[in-house]
Amino acid sequence: MGLQITWFILWGVLWAVYFMLDGFVMGAGILHNLIGKSDGDKRVMINTIGPIWEGNEVWLVTAGGVTFAAFPTTYALMFSYLYSALFLLLCALIVRGVSYEFRSKEESTTWRKGWDTAIMLGNFLPALLFGVAFGNIFEGLPMDAAGYHGSLLSLLNPYGLLTGLLFVALFVVHGALYLTVKSTGDLSKRSQATADKLWPGLLLVAVAFLVYTNFATKLYDNYLAHPLLMIVPALAVVSLLAIRILSAKGNPLAAFTASSLTILLVVGTAITGLFPNLIPSSIDPSSSLTLYNSSSSPYTLQIMLLVVAVFIPIIIGYKIWVYRIFRAPVREEEVLADKQAY
Amino acid sequence: MDVLTLSRLQFAITSMFHFIFVPLTLGLSILTAFMETRYVITGDTTYLKMTKFWGKLFLINFALGVVTGITMEFQFGMNWAEYSRYVGDIFGAPLAIEATVAFFLESVFIGLWIFGWNKVSKKVHAVSIWLVALATNLSALWILLANGWMQHPVGYVLRNNRAEMVDFMALITNPDGLLKFAHQLTSGYTVASFFVMGVSAWHLLRKNETDFFIRSFRIAATFGLVSTIAVGIFGDMSAVEVAKVQPTKFAAMESVWESKHGVGMNLLLLPDPPNECNSVEGVCVPNAVSILAFHDPNALIKGLKEFPPELRPPVLPTFISFRLMAGLGTYFILASLAAVILSRWGKIENQKLLLTLLLYSLPLPYLANFLGWVVAEVGRQPWIVYGVLKTSDAVSKSISLSQVIGSLVGFTLLYGFLGVVDIYLLAKFARKGPDNDLTTMLKPRGQEA
Repeated sequence: MGLQITWFILWGVLWAVYFMLDGFVMGAGILHNLIGKSDGDKRVMINTIGPIWEGNEVWLVTAGGVTFAAFPTTYALMFSYLYSALFLLLCALIVRGVSYEFRSKEESTTWRKGWDTAIMLGNFLPALLFGVAFGNIFEGLPMDAAGYHGSLLSLLNPYGLLTGLLFVALFVVHGALYLTVKSTGDLSKRSQATADKLWPGLLLVAVAFLVYTNFATKLYDNYLAHPLLMIVPALAVVSLLAIRILSAKGNPLAAFTASSLTILLVVGTAITGLFPNLIPSSIDPSSSLTLYNSSSSPYTLQIMLLVVAVFIPIIIGYKIWVYRIFRAPVREEEVLADKQAY
Repeated sequence: MDVLTLSRLQFAITSMFHFIFVPLTLGLSILTAFMETRYVITGDTTYLKMTKFWGKLFLINFALGVVTGITMEFQFGMNWAEYSRYVGDIFGAPLAIEATVAFFLESVFIGLWIFGWNKVSKKVHAVSIWLVALATNLSALWILLANGWMQHPVGYVLRNNRAEMVDFMALITNPDGLLKFAHQLTSGYTVASFFVMGVSAWHLLRKNETDFFIRSFRIAATFGLVSTIAVGIFGDMSAVEVAKVQPTKFAAMESVWESKHGVGMNLLLLPDPPNECNSVEGVCVPNAVSILAFHDPNALIKGLKEFPPELRPPVLPTFISFRLMAGLGTYFILASLAAVILSRWGKIENQKLLLTLLLYSLPLPYLANFLGWVVAEVGRQPWIVYGVLKTSDAVSKSISLSQVIGSLVGFTLLYGFLGVVDIYLLAKFARKGPDNDLTTMLKPRGQEA
């Protein structure tokens, strides 16, 4: 029992950390052509992302791998039911990754403009698709003993789309703040102005999401049963407001920290509401995938827990070390002088 | 065409595409790390130029390998949901461990290596590429332990309507997995050696940067000779293992139909599967197949007729791939031996014939890698997990034909396009040769301008 609950929490934490880390990569990518005016701007933006995007994407690979190892039935059904959405997601993530590597390897403007569009789409589409997919998971998928009764189109329901919009809004504000911290001069100022301009929109979408969630999902049931849990969504709202306040005070690093916390807490709010389901069924509660009926055997969960307990602290250790090495903002002169740069 | 066939085709296309990039990564990371270490120890800037030049090609290749890897992990759930549900308890573990133990290390330190030239000390920088090399090799270990389990399932019981892990140590000491790992690793090193020798040969034939490319060539030739011999040794050990635990695959590899003691190897052979015999047999090396299988000239080889037709793998592709792979493996040993001798004790830049041969041999180790995987995967059919689960029972039930056609066409077009771009960039930077402007390489960055 304890093992399965531990793994459920870890499952939620992995997704939350992934969205926090890849969220600013996606956000910065969506804003690539909007904030980046010149070729120099764009190269600076890519080079703020360059050293760390792969390490951030591995959290997705780990979240996927852990779903496979700890909750194989959930992994099998979630991935095959959401087949077409995941196919699009994979294409977008593939295009995004190579765009960073390929863009500055040729001088031609057409070449670079093409990859700029690819960077934008390759980051926008995953942000939207992850939101749509998770929105549908919050609502529950139309599945029963006979299988799955949905399609790619049925995923694009109003609540799914609203969650997609929420993810995009969270990530663009998060990404704009990252660029504010990691660039200098005019580019940094423009990034902060963009974050400030987008924030009211994020607030609006977040409020709409919180209200609509009450009608479209059962996520609030756990909170009604255990009111103490309300602290998670309450903190999410506080940190969402803190983003704007800290940015207005002229402290973009603190505002970025607040947007990181907001993403962690929003995912935390949703996962707490889902418990004990990983994927509820919208048509037949007995077909819901829970941490009890979809997990691996206790032996496998123990082995995997041991691996994670040893390696995750090591990973966090060397990730922080590398982030500290690259903590200085990226400057255009150094990008232009460095032949190894993106 | 049904969902099953198209899903298999899609897995074959996406994994083979992924596998254009992986073997080179395995070997070139080590060669680049070696060159950078020589630079740190000796201070010789030719080694720095080598690190930069081969490192750049390594990175262009690396990017596509990484991004196409995610497809591999997701596809088990997308197309093979029944498989994932049935074996996830034991098969999911090595995949999750690969991400946790190896992939994080690789992706964090590759970032440090690319962007950290003037942010960390020379030693730390060299250590970071060694960590990348270690991590890519560790990745391969966990993936091949997972595949090894599909070839020879161990450490599990069938319980609760699925395969549950009961012995983790058995999983990670599975000889099939470990031998495959060793065979694959050294095959990757062979790809990298022939890549470096091939590109160097192109420049040496044009008398470009002769000193730079002779030295690169020598390193690759030595690495290649050791690797190609090791590929053969581990390949032989793998074949013994296959003969022991996958008799149907072994019989198909050698196209043996009748069970017999002391089976010889026909150098000329053409299988005739419809008639359950070989239509051509000639030039027989006595007892060779028995020796290969069990290191015993009189060993009994089970023929394909011993097994019902529905449990036999497709004989023709398994047999032809194995023959071609083994032939290529032999050629690689001879070619690297010649390369070592002529680059150590002769003037390699004047050996036009060998250089031309090595230039055109560049794609051959890639081909041998593909053929090896055809033997491993096609030879395992009709099983997805040998003796436990059939491929036809493993495919997702909820996906439709139109979905799989859509993704198959989509992946093929996208991969085709990216493959062309990647090869174009590799060729462009390979032809350009090393950058001799050391001033920009050594200028500190990250300081006030």
